[in-house]
Amino acid sequence: MAWAKKILRVNLTKGTCASEPLNMEWAQQYLGQRGLATKYLVSEIDPKVDPLSPDNKLIMTTGPLTGTMASTGGRYSVVTKGPLTGAIACSNSGGYFGAELKQAGWDMIIFEGKSPKPVYLWLENDKAELRDASHLWGTTTWHTEETIKAAHQDPQVRIASIGRAGENGVLYACVVNDLHRAAGRSGVGAVMGSKNLKAVAVRGTVGVTGIKDFKGFLKAAAAAKKVLADNAVTGQGLPKFGTQVLMNVINEVGALPTRNANDVQFEGARNISAEAMHEKRPSDGKSNLVTNAACFGCTIACGRVSQVDKNHWSVVNSPKYWGATGGLEYENAWSLGAANGVDDLDALTVANMICNEDGMDPISFGATVGAVMELYQMGVLKKEQIGIESPFGSAQALIEMAHMTAEGRGFGKEIALGSARLTKKHGHPDLSMSVKGQEFPAYDPRGIQGMGLTYATSNRGACHLRSYTVASEILGVPVKTDPLVTDGKADLVKAFQDATAAFDSSGTCIFTTFAWTLADLAPQIDAACEGGWTLERLAEVGERIWNMERQFNLAAGLTAKDDDLPKRLKTEPAKSGPAKGLVSGIDKMKPEYYKSRGWDANGVPTKDTLSRLGL
Amino acid sequence: MQKSLHIDPNKCTGCLQCEMACSYENYGAFNISKSRIKVFNFEAAGRKVPYTCTQCAEAWCLHACPVDAIRVDAATGAKVVHESTCVGCKVCTIACPFGTVNYVADTGKVQKCDLCGGQPACAEACPTGAITFVESDWTGLGKMRQWAEKTDTQPRA
Repeated sequence: MAWAKKILRVNLTKGTCASEPLNMEWAQQYLGQRGLATKYLVSEIDPKVDPLSPDNKLIMTTGPLTGTMASTGGRYSVVTKGPLTGAIACSNSGGYFGAELKQAGWDMIIFEGKSPKPVYLWLENDKAELRDASHLWGTTTWHTEETIKAAHQDPQVRIASIGRAGENGVLYACVVNDLHRAAGRSGVGAVMGSKNLKAVAVRGTVGVTGIKDFKGFLKAAAAAKKVLADNAVTGQGLPKFGTQVLMNVINEVGALPTRNANDVQFEGARNISAEAMHEKRPSDGKSNLVTNAACFGCTIACGRVSQVDKNHWSVVNSPKYWGATGGLEYENAWSLGAANGVDDLDALTVANMICNEDGMDPISFGATVGAVMELYQMGVLKKEQIGIESPFGSAQALIEMAHMTAEGRGFGKEIALGSARLTKKHGHPDLSMSVKGQEFPAYDPRGIQGMGLTYATSNRGACHLRSYTVASEILGVPVKTDPLVTDGKADLVKAFQDATAAFDSSGTCIFTTFAWTLADLAPQIDAACEGGWTLERLAEVGERIWNMERQFNLAAGLTAKDDDLPKRLKTEPAKSGPAKGLVSGIDKMKPEYYKSRGWDANGVPTKDTLSRLGL
Repeated sequence: MQKSLHIDPNKCTGCLQCEMACSYENYGAFNISKSRIKVFNFEAAGRKVPYTCTQCAEAWCLHACPVDAIRVDAATGAKVVHESTCVGCKVCTIACPFGTVNYVADTGKVQKCDLCGGQPACAEACPTGAITFVESDWTGLGKMRQWAEKTDTQPRA
């Protein structure tokens, strides 16, 4: 079997590490990673727990295909109750850390309690121990990785850590692994920080040994790789342009939320697009993009490696930002750029580096800056409060706010709370572009109607990665639907949510679904894992996971009222582009969605639905 | 006709499919720590470089071995470690100028690339063509073709 069948339980209060067998009955019902770890979490914590208290738990988890030759088989997730939202949090990351954890012989690590002093977990195959991290506390993820690798005299150690944002309680702090991959959203890094857990360092030499049918698996994996290679998006678009391929496309269709969603098109979009990343800068004759890069096992390689001009004002005195490192993905280019009206490509790249370096979610951070800039333009916030003049379009303000937020100084302490808390404090709660307290990403629900329902109903707060209907509404994958209408979107969102939950539980990357469906995933799972895995069964597992997460959120105190969009998207029509004059049809889609889900009018799963799913 | 592994680092994305394929071929598991080909990540330069044994014609490792455990596979030209003969003395690891012969503590023997008997698993697994298995005498053919194409300066109607 592709599961390692072993989990590590780390009690940070007591300082103990213990091995337990994986619950294989649950593995058959929830597959792995997102599904299985969530099952553990909801079985072990009180849904009403304070996310930043020692009673919350944090799980790092792999899927059955993590660490295998399946394309993109390098994913892991961090599952906990999120401090930004008070809802279930599950953030997925690539890089190499997840595969190393699996190759060390573990399916997941459950962290509980709180360490009396800063520690990191050192995991070398079976050997697990907590080590002092006092010398790492107060430092960045980059410094932490470098120091731990040097201490163990092993460059092949893989590390996931928090930066100063996670230590300082930035509510959207992330867990960063391999320098620039991140379990990015919902503040999982703040939970890690609240436990005084600085890092997890893993070296695995056991490997993945238990594939059910190795030959069959290699054949299924090879067939699926061919599907990715032959597809225009995964075979050509993503490797060449990355997710940034979308910047000009989404701007054209009038769905690029601009200046805190005041507009749906950004006049500077071209300057921060994938095409711009390829072009030579006039200043030094080099392009922003150095090359593309893959995560473990990935045959798509959408990752960006970028390098800014050393003489750019933002880095001229900071040599640590001069080298090549993780570059802009679409969501980050949007959140740091269009959301604030900033079109300086190198400045955005540097802001993104700061987010990686200190472990902050660029989506929530950038969108919060957008709200700050709007409040500044309105005169609600003054230069004296913020510390810098902050009109829309100011790259200087963006970079300064990134530093102050990561370092926990001055007004950065307010930005650290996210836009929902910040705008409420200053008397304008409607200016937070968030759902359940989490900022929505780079698709405007007025121009892509399905994304409105996606944001409103996402179990972890506004997010594009829970049902990426952009694929259908804009790119026509797997079928083209009209982005400007609400008809049929309830069923579409449900289908995407269920399939996504299955992919997120497998160890593979959601970006495969530009080319793959569950029909491409199922043969790989089936060859790797015992139990007979069909696409129908995977869809059912996905639906089960979605309803389990929903039940947790309801028990945590969230209600149907929380499945809603910011007022602006429902009352202020799009000003330009194909969606001009439209607002989001969320109020029409929501009841249809509840019905499609088998939930009552209050968004509560009916008894029939729960029993059908074995919940 | 002899063939060689040919590496084009500019095409490498760092996915490590080659390392997994190598470990599966030799150990029946996905275990990159056992791979005989390694991908090095030069982070600040944005470069990823796969590296393995180039099968030297006059192989230092072979000549250094005191028990003749490293022999030439006549079919492929690969210098192959015969585990039943290897005593794990590691002299070959000192002799090799490139570091591509390494000791394996689990087995008490050394290991190096043996070209998988003529069908290298790494090259088959590489999704980008960064690792190919080509005619030894013409490893430069691809590059020559690229440059040859650039010589077309003739304006056409």
